[in-house]
Amino acid sequence: MSNNFSQKSSSELDSVVIRFAGDSGDGMQLTGTQFADTSALMGNDIATFPNYPSEIRAPQGSLFGVSGFQVQVASQDISTPGDDLDMLVAMNPAALKTNLPDLAPGKMLLVDTDAFTPKNLKKAGYETNPLEDGSLEPYRLIAAPMTSSTKAALLDLGMDTKSMDRSKNMFTLGMIYWIYGRSMDHTIEFFQKKFKKKPIVIEANTRALKAGNVYAENLELIATTYQVRPAQLKKGKYRIIMGNQATAWGFIAAAKKANKELFLGSYPITPASDILHELVKHPEFRVKSFQAEDEIAGVASTIGASFAGDLAITTTSGPGLALKGEAIGLAMITEMPMVIVNVQRGGPSTGMPTKTEQSDLMQAMYGRNGESPVIVVAAHSPSHCFDMAFEASKLALEHMTPVILMTDGYIANGSEPWLIKKLADLPTITTNIAKNPEGWTPYTRDKDSLAREWAYPGMEGFEHRVGGLEKNVQTGNVNMQPMNHEEMVKLRAEKVKRVENYIPDLEVEGAQEGDLLVVGWGGTYGALHTAVQSAFGVGKKVGLAHFNYINPMPKNTAEVLKKFKKIVVCELNAGQFYKILLAEHPGHNYFKYNKVQGLPFTIQELMNRFDQVIAAEKVVNV
Amino acid sequence: MTDVKKYTFKDFASDQEVRWCPGCDDYVILRAVQKALPEIGRKKEDVVFISGIGCSSRFPYYMNTYGVHSIHGRAAAVATGTKLANPDLSVWVITGDGDALAIGGNHTIHAIRRNVDMNVILFNNEIYGLTKGQFSPTSLLGQKTKTSPFGNTQPPFNPGELAIGAHARFFARISGNKPKELSAMFIQAEQFKGLSFIEVLQNCVIFNDGAFDKFNSKETRPDNQVYVEHGKKMIFGHDNNKGLRLNGLKLEVVTIGENGVTEDDILVHDAHEPDPTLHFMLTRMENPIVTGVIRAVEDMSFDERFVGQMEERIAAGKGVTFDSLVESGETYTL
Repeated sequence: MSNNFSQKSSSELDSVVIRFAGDSGDGMQLTGTQFADTSALMGNDIATFPNYPSEIRAPQGSLFGVSGFQVQVASQDISTPGDDLDMLVAMNPAALKTNLPDLAPGKMLLVDTDAFTPKNLKKAGYETNPLEDGSLEPYRLIAAPMTSSTKAALLDLGMDTKSMDRSKNMFTLGMIYWIYGRSMDHTIEFFQKKFKKKPIVIEANTRALKAGNVYAENLELIATTYQVRPAQLKKGKYRIIMGNQATAWGFIAAAKKANKELFLGSYPITPASDILHELVKHPEFRVKSFQAEDEIAGVASTIGASFAGDLAITTTSGPGLALKGEAIGLAMITEMPMVIVNVQRGGPSTGMPTKTEQSDLMQAMYGRNGESPVIVVAAHSPSHCFDMAFEASKLALEHMTPVILMTDGYIANGSEPWLIKKLADLPTITTNIAKNPEGWTPYTRDKDSLAREWAYPGMEGFEHRVGGLEKNVQTGNVNMQPMNHEEMVKLRAEKVKRVENYIPDLEVEGAQEGDLLVVGWGGTYGALHTAVQSAFGVGKKVGLAHFNYINPMPKNTAEVLKKFKKIVVCELNAGQFYKILLAEHPGHNYFKYNKVQGLPFTIQELMNRFDQVIAAEKVVNV
Repeated sequence: MTDVKKYTFKDFASDQEVRWCPGCDDYVILRAVQKALPEIGRKKEDVVFISGIGCSSRFPYYMNTYGVHSIHGRAAAVATGTKLANPDLSVWVITGDGDALAIGGNHTIHAIRRNVDMNVILFNNEIYGLTKGQFSPTSLLGQKTKTSPFGNTQPPFNPGELAIGAHARFFARISGNKPKELSAMFIQAEQFKGLSFIEVLQNCVIFNDGAFDKFNSKETRPDNQVYVEHGKKMIFGHDNNKGLRLNGLKLEVVTIGENGVTEDDILVHDAHEPDPTLHFMLTRMENPIVTGVIRAVEDMSFDERFVGQMEERIAAGKGVTFDSLVESGETYTL
């Protein structure tokens, strides 16, 4: 560390993890997003994770009103927003109190001293001011009067205090930009676009950003600045994409490829609403977004639209999936092509709407009356949501069945760079539309996939009725004969089972055989991938099999499972995929690792668990 | 539509054996629909019947058109999706008092509020038939049923009040045993742009036989039912000498030629009046009850607004492609 502040030293880092924490009205999501976007534009790989309360504007300064946004920027390929913080930004005492346990000693802590008033300290439950009582000594504390400095910079603009205070997050961002050598250009451009009609807001935010930047440069406490070099990502055109946006775009692409119009029947629910928010913006693609009166009407209208020949989808989260169950059964028995997106959140019941979890798998697999198999697939990262929304649509249309696409709050709200795909790069979607009315019945099927031919209103000569009552296996007329029913039950199951002939094999990362196969599905991929890479990198015989397809599973699943001495199934639930694997692929040495805290896995806890399982003499499950 | 084939009612009958109880009004309604369809000038493949669950909801299986026998209470929601997906279709919802007003009440009021251009036929028999005789949301107070052995303690809905309260643009009530009236009504409903809500008083011969006898039998109908028509005086009665007149804020029955009442005093029915006050009062009359098209007020339909907005956006977004969408906003090249 240099003592000459005008010539500060600069050191290079592979990655930086910053968490922005403040009141839910402090603009932490925006601040974090700007840092991430700027870093991406500078060539870094990025991964973000917002963590916000379910209250829209919780009382100011309260512990439960703290909103957080974590971002990792790196010079190498990364898959998670990071375990360990390099910097915590705490805009008030409550943010400090709730987030400090995650900051290791010696790491940087940036606080707004103006917010540490007796009132705020009391709200956060501090008896003494942590800025004064020495409790923050283990950290590299940078305490700056951000609110008052912002005001000082904006004084002559003639704004009221409240409006000036709104720019303090940009003062903070300006400081951080200086510390990490980020350019302010992108953010200034952002102001100019976002507040086009409010020049004073552009001016205020720009001034605050620059003031923070200069403040940091002159601050004696900041002795070193840091650089994170561009990552060696695949060449091409990128954009930052959030999971829910990627999901919405995947459907738009699928409709184009299938030459179908897209219908969305949906009801607002956290954290799925952003898919609806995105799709309502795009009627120009003949996307028909219908906000229904409830979850059931959302799925029911989707069935109606599917019957009429659209690529029809519905979007929801756990409690909504429960409400849609009966209708999904109808879509299953009528063999209607449609996609149900379940953006999972903490359950049961209303649970923890803004927190992530993977606890709806059993519901997706079995949450309907009767024998009711549907295809279940899962997306594993924000940009992968695009691929799986597309794939779910393709499977639904080509196999004439409802498909449940599982994502979760973590990847739905998380973002990462996406190597932009063009329509021409995507696979074709071949709908099986009826052509010859002669002898046609609604159950005329493709002999390989068993998908029934699709005929919809407007097609002459194919008038037919479908419905929830059991039907004759040939004619499609109502039929309650015992043997016919059993045949139909088996046929519907076989149709879904045969999808395994149309999906890619399960791939294994890391060790291809050996001591431990780590198994996961869905949004935990980033953490599992990083943890397995690390373990494999130090010579451990650990591989990762991450399932994108859950029902049916890839054909080579049994093949993969038997190559490892032990298997550990890691999930953010109490062991749901574990149970499915036990039932469908028995006879392996299964362990499990579960976390149900509304939070993603950390890489460290996974690696510890891998070691524990490798060393275990007998099955010990957590 | 010039290229529509000349159909007969037989063209609209499927090959499925109809399985309602002998004597059920459902047969009359089915035949009336099959007779109305050749008159409406729509191609068979453009007609869709969507039902929920209940006796009446078997209806689509008996129609040789496209059809969905959906799940309990959800027909209006399914039909809304069908209509938005393809607004050119003629969409019919077949439902009952339990289906539409109990389990599906929410979808019913919202479909009405939105004014989806479709025809909703409510088979109101004031009882649950398929589940064998429990009271429904239109069963009378005190009515003894399987689940109200000591008399029903739940006051009923009046479907007309509910529909108009939910901003129905078209509401009609009609006897379930008058084939010609029914057919004419269905044609009128189909021609009305927007959601047409038709309450059919449908007698259940098994669980609630005679529910409407007090105003719908050969003997009682003339004096206890007034069939209203737009632009005509609301006159009824065995001797065609009774009528409805407004007295303050109430409708009253008067006899022409008595107490100085002349024909001029009798109200002329205006189904097109946007203010629903009088229509509301007509639906609430108990003796006589009012049948016919009580309300028919033109308005834009939901699908018209929905498609209209979409077409505007398509026109505004000319040249927008998927590739331009994913490259819009901020991108960067590595």
